[in-house]
Amino acid sequence: MKSLVCIARVPDTTTKIKYTPDGKALDGTGVSFVINPYDEYGLVRAIEFKEQTGQGEIVVLCVGGPEVEENLRKALAIGADRAVRIDADVKDRMYIAKQIAEYARDKEFDFIFFGKESIATNSSEVPGMVAEYLGLPFVSQAIHLEVEGDTAKLHREVSGGYEELESSIPCVVSCQKGIAEWRIPNMRGIMMAKRKPMATEAAVDAPVAVSTDNLQLPPPREGVKLIDPDEAEKLVEILADKGLL
Amino acid sequence: MAVLLFAENSQGEFKKAVKEAASYAYALAQELDTEVEAVALGEFEDDAAEELGEQGVSKVHRIEGDEYEAFNDQVFAAAIAAVASEIEAQAVVMAQSYDGKAVAPRVVVRLDGSIVSGATEVPTPDGDEFVVTRLTNSGKGIETVRAHRSPIVLTVAPNSFGVKENEVDCEVEDFDYDNEVEAGMTSKGIVKTTNTISITEADTVISGGRGFKDPGNWGPLEELATLLGAGTACSKPVSDMDWRPHHEHVGQTGIQIAPNLYIAIGISGAIQHLAGVNKSKNIVVINKDPEAPFFKHADYGIVGDLFEVLPRINEAVKKHQAASA
Repeated sequence: MKSLVCIARVPDTTTKIKYTPDGKALDGTGVSFVINPYDEYGLVRAIEFKEQTGQGEIVVLCVGGPEVEENLRKALAIGADRAVRIDADVKDRMYIAKQIAEYARDKEFDFIFFGKESIATNSSEVPGMVAEYLGLPFVSQAIHLEVEGDTAKLHREVSGGYEELESSIPCVVSCQKGIAEWRIPNMRGIMMAKRKPMATEAAVDAPVAVSTDNLQLPPPREGVKLIDPDEAEKLVEILADKGLL
Repeated sequence: MAVLLFAENSQGEFKKAVKEAASYAYALAQELDTEVEAVALGEFEDDAAEELGEQGVSKVHRIEGDEYEAFNDQVFAAAIAAVASEIEAQAVVMAQSYDGKAVAPRVVVRLDGSIVSGATEVPTPDGDEFVVTRLTNSGKGIETVRAHRSPIVLTVAPNSFGVKENEVDCEVEDFDYDNEVEAGMTSKGIVKTTNTISITEADTVISGGRGFKDPGNWGPLEELATLLGAGTACSKPVSDMDWRPHHEHVGQTGIQIAPNLYIAIGISGAIQHLAGVNKSKNIVVINKDPEAPFFKHADYGIVGDLFEVLPRINEAVKKHQAASA
């Protein structure tokens, strides 16, 4: 199996989000940026394929500036074979999708892995766009993936359960918890990662469909009204009065 | 010119999320001085589709065929885009559901337009552009997006806009379309792992955390959920320990919900948990630790032992329901 694993660089889940005073960007001061957690599921599933069959290649890709190289390096430490950074000042999701699609177009990947969404933008747009640009099947929110012959067998999360699917290969898969378990790089992996290739490619021209006018924090709640635990019944009265029961 | 709604057909039914998207589409159509037309794929009764008139849909384009029996993002995107092109839709609106999320990116590529996912308010037209509000950074921030290219594809965040009544006459018309997409993916059927209420659609969600101490202690929470017709959720540690199923996990790396009422019991309110639930309209927190960070983000709180507080609440709800029955 030859896999392309696409990763995004996002603020760590524990980040207290702040925006710059002009409201145009995230204030990155003191923020630790990590591989988007959902993207790591795809990375590990690709590594498992290679471990099971003893063959194949895993290319990890990120669209962004030089700062993403630390995240690509971590993916190499976890087990990817080589890294590619498409050098671009990221504009929007359509722009990113176009970069990935053009990179992947002639390289005969069996799987193109993504996370189900980025925890930074929560758009879940890029995987489907890449699939459409390349004319490939797309399985979203995959929680299970096996290969039998030339068919991929997948489970896709849906409301109240999962859908069983079969897809031709190549295909695009966006990963949800369940498809694999996260791995922490070990010392050997970290050492090996230093010698693995990291290539930089130029971005292609692509349309920019949307831009950010403003970013702001949600208004704070008015403050909690505490109810005495010995009068817990009062909560029910309040909720009933507000028409919430 | 029109606003096109993708009306997801769930075995002949159009669910609440579709009605919410229809209500949203109608508000947008009012802004643009046009009407809402919908596309629905596969088999359904005329009556079921005509009910979308209650949310302001004036016409439903029906496309039938075996290829629409199960959801397929590739096949569905081609059909939706075909109708959008035919009626020269300025906007394509759909629910931000599992299927909506999968199909919307393909539709925008086909239409060469703009996309805004998880919109929470109706777009404001600004010349040829649209300005739209959505949540970002896992609900920790609000983003105002400018969409430069037309048409605009919008997925509506669940429970953000609500279902509104805007009754118009609605007719169903067959749309003649020969879908030539050869799908590489086939559905082998859906396996239900739960028959409980979907927490993204539920008006009320009751959620439990480590404070319950043992998976065997969930009885009172489930009782309250049954009484209120609520969905049940849980925190990440509880799901990680397999005390509760994974599909109940709400939070930054779980499911994001925005119910009318969220009751969090025995959950301290870590920042990752808040990211998944802070869009809830009303938040009630029950926790024995007065320092639990969740109280700062709640509307109502009870500092107390959940094993004493919860049964009292359940009894009070039963009395309330008996009195109002």
